[in-house]
Amino acid sequence: MQIKKSETLSVRSSAEVVGVRQAVRKWAIEVGFSLVEQTKVVTAASELARNMIDYGGGGAMRMEALDDGLRRGLRLHFEDQGPGIPDIPAALRDGFTTGGGMGLGLGGAKRLSNEFEIRTAPGEGTHITITRWKGVS
Amino acid sequence: MERIPILKMGRCLLVSIQVDMDDRTAMTLQDDLTAQIVKHHARGVLIDISSLDVVDSFIGRMLANTAAMARILDADTVVVGMQPSVAITLVELGLSLKGVRSALDVERGMELLRKIANDQAEKADPDADQEE
Repeated sequence: MQIKKSETLSVRSSAEVVGVRQAVRKWAIEVGFSLVEQTKVVTAASELARNMIDYGGGGAMRMEALDDGLRRGLRLHFEDQGPGIPDIPAALRDGFTTGGGMGLGLGGAKRLSNEFEIRTAPGEGTHITITRWKGVS
Repeated sequence: MERIPILKMGRCLLVSIQVDMDDRTAMTLQDDLTAQIVKHHARGVLIDISSLDVVDSFIGRMLANTAAMARILDADTVVVGMQPSVAITLVELGLSLKGVRSALDVERGMELLRKIANDQAEKADPDADQEE
């Protein structure tokens, strides 16, 4: 697996969530994603970025353009130093929310991604990684 | 902060969202729209989202809430111009926008609002002459 390039963006305000969407869109186009693939990864990024602000006290997103020789893709890391998620299965369930949202962010972002990984513990922040590959539905 | 302009046309309000809205801009639009419905006694609201290449759960919720609030204020809402890729993504995200009427473009959206207004007028006064 080769990381072609990587960049980190701060995610602390709703204006920066817009910046995340625009940066992910730009990279998704560079990787050669179809319009639907672009829209899915940008939407997933928007959900996870907002989650970091609403629940994690803000954080950062690291983007990586991937090439494993056969496939090209985009991997996004969302890291915050917030309170962490005590019950991951509950947090992934649609409609579950501890804030004012609809509870679609986490489960929705997972459905919109090819790979989804979450590492969290109470008091130790949350690190969510999503990957989308070009041409994989 | 950016503010999305709202146009008045007869008893309808028209909004065309041309920018990637942050959450505060979206909430402001929702508040502005409900205030303008009351101010102008609007019966219809048309929201054009053909320029939006992303609708996430927050924007989706704003659209659904606006439609619900408008309904309580006796106005109907039509969302027009959703891009196919956005529709595909919204459904996969888990947002079906129940209760939000939609049309393919502004023209059909206006037609739909007119039809709803006529149907309501007919219901209110079934003996009225049909002049159309």
